[in-house]
Amino acid sequence: MAKLKIALYWAASCGGCEIATLAIHEKILKLAEVADIVFWPVGLDFKYADVEKMADKSVDVCLFNGAIRNEENEHMAKLLRAKSKIMIAYGSCAYEGCIPGLSNFYNRQMTMDRAYIETPSTDNPKKILPQTKFKVPEGELELPELYDTVKTLGQTVDVDYIVPGCPPEERTTWLALEALISGKLPPKGTVISHAVKAVCDECPRKKEEKKIKKFYRAYEKVPEPERCLLEQGFLCYGVATRGGCGALCPQANMRCTGCYGPVEGVIDQGAHFLSALSSIIDSNDPEEIQRIVDEIPDPAGTFYRYSLPDSLLRRAIVK
Amino acid sequence: MDNFEPKIVAFCCNWCSYAGADLAGTSRMQYSPNIRIIRVMCSGRVNPLFIIKALSIGADGVLVLGCHPGDCHYIEGNYKTMRRIPLLKKMLKQFGIDEERIRLEWVSASEGAKFAEVTNSFTQSVKKLGPNSLVHSQQSSKEARHG
Repeated sequence: MAKLKIALYWAASCGGCEIATLAIHEKILKLAEVADIVFWPVGLDFKYADVEKMADKSVDVCLFNGAIRNEENEHMAKLLRAKSKIMIAYGSCAYEGCIPGLSNFYNRQMTMDRAYIETPSTDNPKKILPQTKFKVPEGELELPELYDTVKTLGQTVDVDYIVPGCPPEERTTWLALEALISGKLPPKGTVISHAVKAVCDECPRKKEEKKIKKFYRAYEKVPEPERCLLEQGFLCYGVATRGGCGALCPQANMRCTGCYGPVEGVIDQGAHFLSALSSIIDSNDPEEIQRIVDEIPDPAGTFYRYSLPDSLLRRAIVK
Repeated sequence: MDNFEPKIVAFCCNWCSYAGADLAGTSRMQYSPNIRIIRVMCSGRVNPLFIIKALSIGADGVLVLGCHPGDCHYIEGNYKTMRRIPLLKKMLKQFGIDEERIRLEWVSASEGAKFAEVTNSFTQSVKKLGPNSLVHSQQSSKEARHG
């Protein structure tokens, strides 16, 4: 059997997904037996021109991580889609926009101003911002254009499978790779993860009655070691998040922040968590409810931390 | 802007508010024709997603009407609504959506007059806000898939 040809690419991402692909440890040797990597900017010295020269559909699988937020990201997504038989949105950025997607609460101008002028560590008295074209004695330099709105990979090109997570856990990555190696592929559009409903299903913490009088942020209280974090008032996202990660964060006393995306069948993770969370507020008095709700400092950023570009609203209205 | 007629979606619970709307109708009370009523079994059935979706596909305002606290046919469905709407309003404000575009009111089966009054005053206040500026062409392919 001919070896599988695999391409890996990163668009708007932090690089964590690249490390996550290596986190399969010694299993990488198994992968190397059956697959050749034909493109991987992080690890191997191939150029974009090499990809352009490949025949269409000559790559078996492309693991694409990162959101689409500039011309280069979009160009590479389209190019790799044309060259690959199977396109996998690998990790939360490609799947639902993730942290880069939070800039959809602002517009391009605000993002630029913040990054290049306003941050306390920036010294830019002439207010110089990156330009798409710039003339130097040697010729003209170009930078890809930054878009106003961050998009997911699925909103840019046709995606065959999704591997969730920020970054995907080792066992999730291996589940996907195993399916590819064995050729036993699930139906198109499947979010590949271990078959558990929500993070709570794998979480060993004791769950009793959920009634909350006050919400706490992580620094405000030391969590009790065995009781459900949500019941203790932490905004633990497990109830509205796809399982498969092994509930690692709650086991380390950290609330789930929702990186595996919505549970199966849910189209807007933020709205579902909002619904679940607010229903367990322990009060029937409108004024007290308002007070409890006001203790959540940034509901939009908390509920849509990973999924803003993939949500129903996609972005905020910015005047 | 003077001829702006807002599109308003009203979720009415089956047991109180929908009957209240019925009473307003059978009593020949006049009320603003801007509302489109959607009957739900309980105001607690109104997932915040419904409201977000209505706003994202062209509603200028969303009204949620339920039984008075203590009167819920399902004992505490409306209490859940009472807790969800304030958090939803707070969150949508961060998206640039005015909180006055969403209103929660309690209307019983005998309050046809209140139904008409709530409908009229909400229509007026949304009229003042103007059209909802969410870009309607934003509908994603994802949404199309899910109907």
